[in-house]
Amino acid sequence: MSGTILIVMEQRNGAWNRMSFETLAAGQQLASDLGGTAVAAVPGGSVGALANELTSKKLALVYAVEHALLAQYTPDGFTAALEGLIRQVNPAYVLFPHTYQVRDFAPKLATRFNQVLISDVVGFRVDSGSPVFVRQLFQGKLNADVKAGGSAPHFASIQAGAFRAEQVQEGSSQVETFAPSVDAGAIRTKPLEPFRESARAVDLTAADIIVSVGRGIKEKDNIHVVEELAKALGAELAASRPICDSGWLPMERQVGSSGQTVSPKVYLAVGISGAIQHLVGMKGSKTIVAINKDANAPIFEVADYGIVGDLFEVVPALTEEVRKVRGS
Amino acid sequence: MKIIVCIKQVPVRDSQLRVDASGRWIQEGDLSFEVNEPDAYALEEALQLKEKHGGEVVALCAGPARASQTIREALAKGADRALHIEDETVSNWDTLGLAKLLAKAAAAEKPDLILTGLQSDDLGAGQTGVVMAELMGVPHATIIMAVEVMGNGIRVKRELEDGWFQNVEMPLPAILTIQSGINKLRYATLMGIKKAKTKEVKRLTPGDLGVSATPTAVIERVYLPQKGKQTQLLEGNAREAAAKLVEKLRFEVRVI
Repeated sequence: MSGTILIVMEQRNGAWNRMSFETLAAGQQLASDLGGTAVAAVPGGSVGALANELTSKKLALVYAVEHALLAQYTPDGFTAALEGLIRQVNPAYVLFPHTYQVRDFAPKLATRFNQVLISDVVGFRVDSGSPVFVRQLFQGKLNADVKAGGSAPHFASIQAGAFRAEQVQEGSSQVETFAPSVDAGAIRTKPLEPFRESARAVDLTAADIIVSVGRGIKEKDNIHVVEELAKALGAELAASRPICDSGWLPMERQVGSSGQTVSPKVYLAVGISGAIQHLVGMKGSKTIVAINKDANAPIFEVADYGIVGDLFEVVPALTEEVRKVRGS
Repeated sequence: MKIIVCIKQVPVRDSQLRVDASGRWIQEGDLSFEVNEPDAYALEEALQLKEKHGGEVVALCAGPARASQTIREALAKGADRALHIEDETVSNWDTLGLAKLLAKAAAAEKPDLILTGLQSDDLGAGQTGVVMAELMGVPHATIIMAVEVMGNGIRVKRELEDGWFQNVEMPLPAILTIQSGINKLRYATLMGIKKAKTKEVKRLTPGDLGVSATPTAVIERVYLPQKGKQTQLLEGNAREAAAKLVEKLRFEVRVI
């Protein structure tokens, strides 16, 4: 089946990773742009019910890739199972959602085919019969057009929010069970139960206004500058990853792919450049305000209002102005 | 325990980037460079493991001549010696080619553990460690927040999405990709800087390793991203801009 686009869906314990459907939409679009067909695969221990859900989508076939050793994710198990499937299906392109799990095994899988995973794709177009993938470089400061070289299959992973799950095309399909050969002895890592460090004391998702701070704040002793603004606005204080890594604010205040995903009425990003890992956690906010000294910072790509300037001048002025208006 | 740490030299974070004449990469001439931040955490983790369990830390870097500065810094922080795969074009190799170079050089050292950052700040593919593991036939784990040695193996703490973690056990040798923030970075001491000058840096070329660039992901063009949204820039000095923003928040967004 050359011209086949294989979309690898992600689930855990019978629940979809919602990014899978964004990738499904991307795969259907790529198939239609290339004049090919889309098929989906659902790997796991027992995935019949989830695979059945996909029979209402526009797909040539849905593969339930089932094996007891896939019940718990391991890179060795998933790579072996999907290698087998890919050798049978012989797709032109294999698409994955760009999740932490995919980052853990898809590069290994691609290497088996002497290919590179074109990771973190935010869009594509078809140019003289082959796709040109768009991905970000330099923490989102630049974009790159990337073409796959060598022979098929080619591999790409799709960034969160780049395609819309609502655009998945309905249709009708059927499930085919694929029983991969996975050898218990070949699985070298032993995963233990996932856990959370502690109950989350701070629920940023409930906040109407969030003031979020990034590297631009320079040092811990400067945090009070944004704290005062948050207080004046009645906002929750949040941060990008480096601030929490440095221990300047607790981890539970982190927004981004490894922290919380928020969509407040207003998200005020102070000194945050806007790396993709941060943007995925906040770009659903109703209104985004960015204060940054670098006019080219990627945060301005998603901002509704922007102030290009020194946060140490702008934020105190803003705090004062808010206090004046609020009469406090 | 013999640990190899793969480090990359990248433009400093605040660099103003400009696309070069080819349109396929950035102008590097006027940039300053530094160690890729996640790799700095990988080096720190290696140094801490050595302090606990003894052994040797070897820094491995593929990069042009300018990367020797970053290698010196790793030696000054405490790496025992270094391997520099020196090539002026290597920045333009794709992940597979680069991982082949690193895997070949690393395998010859027969390490117990290989650490590298989870991704680079320039290409950001986030794959080098995983591809090396496949090429070298060793187990791996990604986005690691803690490493504990247990008998002949290790137990590591993987970061998952949305505040979840998972411990994973595996035998050695293995490859781990390290997340920023796993530890607290040290500074090089004056003594360290002095000592670094006498430490061995072995230079290799892709030819020595029998690896050539075979691009499977080709960058055709780099460019400034198009704005997804029309940003209203609020002009003026700090006070004026702040006043304008408060107006917007009151009368357009209606949150004040």
